[in-house]
Order: sequence, then structure tokens, then C-alpha cells
Amino acid sequence: MPEQKVVAPEFMFTEAAREEQFITGSEAVREAVRRANVDMAVSYPITPQSESMHLVGDIWAEGYIKDYYRGENEFAVMSAVAGAAMGGVRVFTATGGPGTMRALEMFPTWVGARLPIVCAFFTRGINSPLTIQPDTIEMAHLLDTGMIMLHAEDAQDLYDMILKAFIIAEQTEVHIPVGVFADGFFVTHTRDKVRVAPADIKLPPYKPYSAPVPVMDMENVPFRQMRDPFVMKSNYVSYAAHASWQQEVLAAAERARPFIRQYLGGLIEVENEQADVLVLAGGTAVCQSREAIAMAREEGIEAGLIKIKSLRPFPGEELRALTAKAKAVIVPEFNRVGWLSRELRNVVQNPDRVVAGPRVFGGMTMPPDLILSEIRRYARE
Amino acid sequence: MTKKTSIRMSGLGGQGVVTAAHILGSAATRDGLVSTVNPFFGAEKRLAPAESYVRVSSDRIFERGEILFPNVIMIFHPHVISLGKCYTMPFFAGLQPGGLMLVNGDSAPELSQDEREALKRLDAKLYYFPATKLALEVGGTDLATNMAMLGGLIEITHIVSWPGITDALAERFGGGKFVASATTAALDDALKSKYEKISQLLEQNMAVMQAVGPTIKEVTF
Repeated sequence: MPEQKVVAPEFMFTEAAREEQFITGSEAVREAVRRANVDMAVSYPITPQSESMHLVGDIWAEGYIKDYYRGENEFAVMSAVAGAAMGGVRVFTATGGPGTMRALEMFPTWVGARLPIVCAFFTRGINSPLTIQPDTIEMAHLLDTGMIMLHAEDAQDLYDMILKAFIIAEQTEVHIPVGVFADGFFVTHTRDKVRVAPADIKLPPYKPYSAPVPVMDMENVPFRQMRDPFVMKSNYVSYAAHASWQQEVLAAAERARPFIRQYLGGLIEVENEQADVLVLAGGTAVCQSREAIAMAREEGIEAGLIKIKSLRPFPGEELRALTAKAKAVIVPEFNRVGWLSRELRNVVQNPDRVVAGPRVFGGMTMPPDLILSEIRRYARE
Repeated sequence: MTKKTSIRMSGLGGQGVVTAAHILGSAATRDGLVSTVNPFFGAEKRLAPAESYVRVSSDRIFERGEILFPNVIMIFHPHVISLGKCYTMPFFAGLQPGGLMLVNGDSAPELSQDEREALKRLDAKLYYFPATKLALEVGGTDLATNMAMLGGLIEITHIVSWPGITDALAERFGGGKFVASATTAALDDALKSKYEKISQLLEQNMAVMQAVGPTIKEVTF
């Protein structure tokens, strides 16, 4: 095992000196996992999605991870990491697009079993005709699994969010999985400057006995619903269990809010929020919006930016307050369905102000000019 | 935005479009500029269309993904134009006024009258040179085609320095740290097997780059 000193999360995140590296998003994943004190990683490394899990395998070979193997498919991988997490170890995996869909059954299962798994999702189109290129539509399917969902803008965000996700997920009062989402290709394959902490430090190990459910190790029998599902005994008991447990799982995500604020500096990030026209975006749509807003400024038009970092829990109150005076809120998205604009419409007053677009999908790059033309249109009105 | 140069490289899988972009971005970073590099491809397959996008700027770069409005277009294989093996049609779609095109070819690419007129209106410049031929003659392998393309780019634009590109090349092929997919690793091995030593690979590749200058020809519209 390479020598690594355990440091406090706060030291890793803020105080540790950082070195700038010119690396891809996939390499940023490797660097985060290298410092995350991960016990086990399981992969189904479909290459076009990204090289991230190959690279995690490389650091297993270097001794940074205790156990690693390749599962037979994504469903098997997500089931295997569930088993590992139930056994009380820190686990990491990643998937994307069709892989996410294949494994979908496991995500609500993780949440219900209170497993603090960190999974990275590198978004990719899921529809036919086939595309391996970025599209955030899979996120729409995951909004109601109960897991925490963070969306990275770039490789730097991805590196930081993966490390912080473990700490947020493993809080006793939270203890549910965190999905860290980044757009395939635009983040995973893009080479950019990323500032990383020294490789000779790592996060404190996971404490399995801090879990709100008994860890399933050699000392403990499986917890009640695992060894003997209620529904096989009594509907009355089953309904009663669901009535409390499903609310408890939702409450766990709510209890993540202060930790997301503490470690990520908030569920959203805002620039120039006084402007009449606001742009709300997540992931690569933030990058394109930044460019569009800079182009608008050169034309003398001011627009504000809301970058959404946490989708679950959703920053409903923050968005309602921030958008109170805006004439229009433009929501550019890299998917066909416009799920982020739907989410926003549900929380803001006078939802007609939500401009549900522009949108691209199937792997297309959104030209910043498309966002710029919306900014121009609503700034003039 | 005017300070940013956006370079779109279109070629065929296996020609080193991704590697060329990586080396160029790395050289720009070494020269103290800001750069982002990203490839775009479908299935990882030889001779399938592959593109890379390199943005170079003095300031932070926000924009991501495909370069839709390039200042420079590099065409690594004549088939990109003649067989439409690129992600945009025609190959110069989105080219900015005053933009440059560098084409690998022994002869000038065939352009329709409409295309010539469109390029003339853009005040675009089109250069061609026999990159693959030079790679074979000077470097001893067609796998150095991407190096010839980079040589042509530096010769015409001076976007990065020669020391910057030399260091970037040494970083990409010299050390053992570089991470590549299995297909890229296999091509790396094929390339390295052509030379006895890594230092020879680096020298030959630099020689390929520097041999391009006198062979560059300009097409007038």
C-alpha cells in the first residue's frame, strides 16, 4: 500500500496545498478516488462512456484500493457495491447512459437500505438511435430514486464533489447514496486544469458503526427487513414500515442540506442575481451559459447566472427567493424533455417566467449563441 | 472572445487526431496560455470519423464541447472532405471570417464553385501539404501524420512555441504515466516499435514537424 496520511476532510478540502494538473475528467476521477480512502470499487468499464473505471482499476493495482473487480454488467455492479456497502466498507463505482438504465432497480434499493455509496454518472444519451455522446436525460429517471444528486460543471467540480460526496453520504443522519453527475465527453474526455491535493494524504476511513442501520458483518445478523421482508408476513406491518421508512429516507436527504452547504458552499452558486434576466443551468449548460452571459455583456446586456449544484435535495426555497423579481429565467438543457425547467416551474411563483429552453440532445453541443439569443429576446421585452 | 483561438481537427480514427490535440493543448499550457482539449468520436474504430477540439486563450475558457465556429480547421485525411467523414458538412461549416484551413493532401482539395465563393466571402485561407508523405519519408511511418499536421499549424500560426511543443511531445511519449484506452495504447506501442529508443521517436517526430514548412501551398479562390 502506498503511504498516505489520514487527514481531516476540512484539511483535504480547503487547507491542503493544491497542485495544478492538465488532466481529463476521467483522470480527475482517478485522483479523487486515490485520496478518498476507498475500500472497494467494482466496475463495468464500457469504454465510450469514459476511461474513469479503468483508471480506478489502475490505482487498485498500485495499492490505493483494497479490492476491485469487473462485474458482468451494470446491474451486477450496482448489486455488488450494495453488498459491499452493507458489509460496512466504503465503495465507489461509475456508470452512464444505458448502463444507468440497466442498473436502475438498484438505486432506490441503495437508498432504502441506507447505503452511503458514491456513484459517478457520466451522462450519455439513452434513446435509440444509439449515441455514446452526452445527454442528461438519464438524470430525469433518477430524480425520484431518493439518492442525493450533485451535478459537476467541469473536471474540477467532479474531483471536489466525489471527495466531498463520501463525507456527506456517510453522516449518520444522512447515510444515503450520493450520485455525482458529470456530462460525458464534455467533462470526462476534456483536458483542463484541475487543482488537486497531494497524493500522500487521504480521507479518514468510513466508520461502519456510525450507520443508522446495523452493518451486516460477521458480528451482526442482517437487519429486520433484509432477513425477513415484512410483505411476506403481514401487510399491516409492511404498510406501517413503509409509512415511516419512506419518510425517513426522504428526511435523510433533507438532512443532507446543511452538509452540502458546509462542504460545497451551497446547493447553488449565483452570479449577478440582480439582473432582470437569469439563466439557470447545471453541468455543461453552466459553461455554455457563462460564455453566453459574457457575450451578452459585450453587447451591453446584463444577465445573471444560477448554477445548480444539488438537484436532490432540490434548492426550492433558494430558487423561489432568487427568482422573485426576475422577468425571465432561461433554462438551457442538454436533453429533450427539459426536466430542469419542470423542476423550476414547480417551485417558483408565476412559472410562466420560466423559459424552457434552449435544448439540444443526442450528443449535440449547445452553441452559446442559442442561449445568447434568448437573453437578448427577454432583455428587450 | 476575440482573444480565443478555436481549432477543429477532423480526421479518421487511428490518425492521431486526439493525440495531436493533446500535445497542442499541453504545449499551449506550457507556453503560459489557457487551453482546453476534447475529442469527439463515435465507436472507437480505425478510419471512422474522429474530431478533436482545442481552444487556446489568454483567459479562462468556459465553453465546452464541439467547436462549431472555428478559427482554424485542420483536415488530417482527404477523405474527410471527399467522403464527408466529418461532423459538419461541408467540412468548413462554421469557419469564422479570416479563418484558416490546413489540409493533408498531395494535391489541392477539390472544391465546388459554391464552396469557393463561400470561402472567398469569408476571406478564408486554405493551405495544403503532403503530411502523410512527409511522415513516411522523414519519420519512417504514416503514424507521424499528426506530427506533420501540427508542424504545419505552428509554421502558419505560431500558436505555440517550438520549445513548448518539444516538451509536450516528450511528456506524451517519453514517460510511462500517460493513460490511454486499449486501442490508443496499441497504436502507441506500434509507433514506439518503429524506433529503437524513445529519444529517436521524439527527434524523428520533431524532424517531421519541421520538414513541413517548405511544402506548404496555398489555394486561391
